[in-house]
Amino acid sequence: MEIGRSIHRVDALDKVTGRAKYTDDFRGQGVLVARILHSTIANGVVKDMDLTEARKVPGVVKILTCFDVPDIQFPTPGHPWSVEAAHQDVADRKLLARRVRIYGEDIAVVVAEDEIAAEHALKAIKVTYEEYPVYTDPEAAMAPGAVAIHDEHPDNILRHTCFDVLTPGAGGRGVDEVFADPAYRHFEAHIDTQAVQHCHIENPVSYAWMEGERIVVVSSTQIPHIVRRVIGQALGIGWGKVRVIKPYIGGGFGNKQEVLYEPLNAWITTQIGGRKVKLELTREETFQNTRSRHAIHFDVKAAVDPASMRLMARTCRAVSNQGGYASHGHSIVANAVTGFRQTYPDAFAHRSDAYTVYTNLGSTGAMRGYGIPQCNFAGECFMDDIAREMGWDPMAFRLKNIMPLGYVDPTNGITCHSTGLAECIRKGAAFMDWDKLRAEYAKPQTGPVRRGIGMAVFSYKTGVWPISLETASARVILNQDGTVQLQLGATEIGQGGDTVFSQMCAQAIGIPTEDVHIVSFQDTDTAPFDTGAYASRQTYVTGKAIKKAGESFRAKVLDFAAGLTNLDRGNLDIRGRDVVSTVSGEAVLSLADLAMEAFYSLSHCEHITAEETVQCKNNTFAFGACFAEVEVDIPVGKIKVLRIVNVHDSGRLINPKLAEAQVHGGMSMGLGYALSEEMKYDDKGRLLNGNLLDYKLPTAMDHPELHALFVETDDPSGPFGNKALGEPPAIPVAGAVRNAVLQATGVAIHRLPMNPQRMVEAFTEAGLIEKGE
Amino acid sequence: MMEILHCTVNGKPVEVGYDLRESLLDTLRDRLGLTSVKRGCEVGECGACTVLVDGVAIDSCIYLTAWCEGKHILTVEGLQGENGELNPIQKAFIEEAAVQCGFCTPGIIMSAVEIVGSGKQYTREELRKLISGHLCRCTGYQNILNAVERAVDECHKIVGK
Ligand code: FES
Ligand code: FES
Repeated sequence: MEIGRSIHRVDALDKVTGRAKYTDDFRGQGVLVARILHSTIANGVVKDMDLTEARKVPGVVKILTCFDVPDIQFPTPGHPWSVEAAHQDVADRKLLARRVRIYGEDIAVVVAEDEIAAEHALKAIKVTYEEYPVYTDPEAAMAPGAVAIHDEHPDNILRHTCFDVLTPGAGGRGVDEVFADPAYRHFEAHIDTQAVQHCHIENPVSYAWMEGERIVVVSSTQIPHIVRRVIGQALGIGWGKVRVIKPYIGGGFGNKQEVLYEPLNAWITTQIGGRKVKLELTREETFQNTRSRHAIHFDVKAAVDPASMRLMARTCRAVSNQGGYASHGHSIVANAVTGFRQTYPDAFAHRSDAYTVYTNLGSTGAMRGYGIPQCNFAGECFMDDIAREMGWDPMAFRLKNIMPLGYVDPTNGITCHSTGLAECIRKGAAFMDWDKLRAEYAKPQTGPVRRGIGMAVFSYKTGVWPISLETASARVILNQDGTVQLQLGATEIGQGGDTVFSQMCAQAIGIPTEDVHIVSFQDTDTAPFDTGAYASRQTYVTGKAIKKAGESFRAKVLDFAAGLTNLDRGNLDIRGRDVVSTVSGEAVLSLADLAMEAFYSLSHCEHITAEETVQCKNNTFAFGACFAEVEVDIPVGKIKVLRIVNVHDSGRLINPKLAEAQVHGGMSMGLGYALSEEMKYDDKGRLLNGNLLDYKLPTAMDHPELHALFVETDDPSGPFGNKALGEPPAIPVAGAVRNAVLQATGVAIHRLPMNPQRMVEAFTEAGLIEKGE
Repeated sequence: MMEILHCTVNGKPVEVGYDLRESLLDTLRDRLGLTSVKRGCEVGECGACTVLVDGVAIDSCIYLTAWCEGKHILTVEGLQGENGELNPIQKAFIEEAAVQCGFCTPGIIMSAVEIVGSGKQYTREELRKLISGHLCRCTGYQNILNAVERAVDECHKIVGK
């Protein structure tokens, strides 16, 4: 069995020896550099630009401004393209913008022989602006009379959706009717989440040049085939004229699931005769000009039946601060309200009301979990608030309400094909000794340092069907030594994709993983089509393509073997490195010998390859739980996480050791989200902490030991029983930590992050800290 | 103005022209082609550019090339043995699954070389502190700590014999 083996990563050797090549490692000598001029206002228009002094700087090759770019608005998110106009992404940006929408807008670019010349030239450009009021929060941007940030949306609301969902077979009682029923207790809460950033350690970087009439772009991206399409759209050229190459990438987490600077760089090279030019963002530009997780504000209500402990109906209003550009548009807040609804299906009805609002802050986009970490924090705070008020054990209350096996979402049909959630909860509780600690910490605590234990659970979809297209392809090629090449459009972004793809391919053919050589880098000229790494989709969707290609390759090898050996095709099988007879169990031909015949036989030469595409029209839910035990130092507002465990049901694990590593990383991101990370803006829309010193990313000193456990279900819809794993680990952590703090102190926090300053404020308000005079 | 630097890089004497304003990171990457040395922030915040100068781990992005005259510089490219065998730290990183995107990896390995080279043993908490100058977004540091701890232990066993 190749599935389930904890083999070492196929790329580990190259990565520990420093040989693994990332975008900037290929560049070579004599490459021009491009640097961007950013606006010093957040809302307004560029009236004029004086380039006289800048042009005189030695080493400057070309200066291009927002007055020069093609008059084309293009979409940037890494979604599969939709052929239906109504479902296409919002096309709201140009390569460089005259209409300034965020502080630090891209308004011009200097191409120079080196960074120093480019920097000097940037400083010498003089810009005149017309300024408008700056809107940093959605309420201000939506207020009557506010200036439209995009003319297409005069009220600054990119989109507003409102859905009433009735639980099928529950008698048709709607939200209003349920809330009017006096038998039920009512609860409500307002919950705020903050903007945070991905903080992949490699900043976005690309370089571009021309080969003949075509443009070649090497980029640090999760989605090479989508980058090709967006460059074509942004420049108004045929997509076949663009070639995109993706080497190893130093992390993405969703930020590189968007086509931000590749189109600009592709256009620059066309303006300088096709010469090679590099465009690398600094860390500060990455903070200011790429994407972040949406700050979403929730108002939630619930009607709860005290007798059955069931949620009868809930409502969820979510307002999402989109920043200056649409990026992924409304889909993230839509995912958030849907996720809020799905984990605990209401007995009767649910209403969700979601707004995506343009403001002048940095634009927000995809980040690991795609709206679910936000709604999960809201939902898991709310569950504990209700349980506390009702005197229920939060675990028992959750177990009464979690999504059951066979659940079918009434709006999109996504089905719960397998669930180990209840088992995850029990396993986590046993690991933490929940019952004992919960009881112990429930006893009155009076000192300044108090302890508590909390939990949170989540559900998460696998891929994007049926909201968008799901498609992937895989190519398997026989080598002369009987090994194979595996080539995909799916990408390795640090998550271990290449390793598990190799294992899947080996499993499907029947050979050892060591005999699968994966082509790690994607070149859109040669790599089969795949939309790329996002939505925790690749092991599920690309996995189906690998399985299909592997099986078809295996069939071709066996056909060829039957011809060579004159044995009955039905009695042949591939095991290890041989074709074996299933009758005798003996090897009849080694794959290496078979391959040499296939390549070089004078009578029946045949190059054995298989290429398959799948369209995946299914989806399934992954689940999990997090338990955290904390110690709170009330006077200084410090939360110390003493112990933490995540327990996941991601179906069958392809590589348990890598799965565990993936969970650690997500837990770390969740701890940062819970305790320290936040992008802070001033009222001018300027980011105040856009660097790795002031933005508090966790270090090794900030974490306890991270424990990852699994409950392996066998999902009938997954290619190998597997389902989503990449994003989920980041989801439940903040809620679990918050609920532990609630038990420790009795203070219900409804705002992230729970940093010392916030906590001191909250404890002061709650009377745990005396107000200073 | 170009100057000439004389130093030892990964055990070999090197002479290389550089600009006086240049950081060691740029000299190593752009002039000597040692691309294991990564750029994550260029202001000493992330540790991706860590190399050893005379055995001491430094952030090469904020270390001037001009300060390296006569010094011994070590990068990940210089860690493998003469027959290509991996350094025990590199092996531990592979076996403990401490590598994900790999962008922070060369820098952390170089800090680990300094840690292991001290010949001392450390508690888990001490190791957390010793690697806290490195940011990693992929691993939560869990398996990195396991790898460094293992390399320290193994080395101590050998030395202790
Ligand atoms: S690049 Fe040197 S510390 Fe970040
Ligand atoms: S492995 Fe990706 S940053 Fe450390």
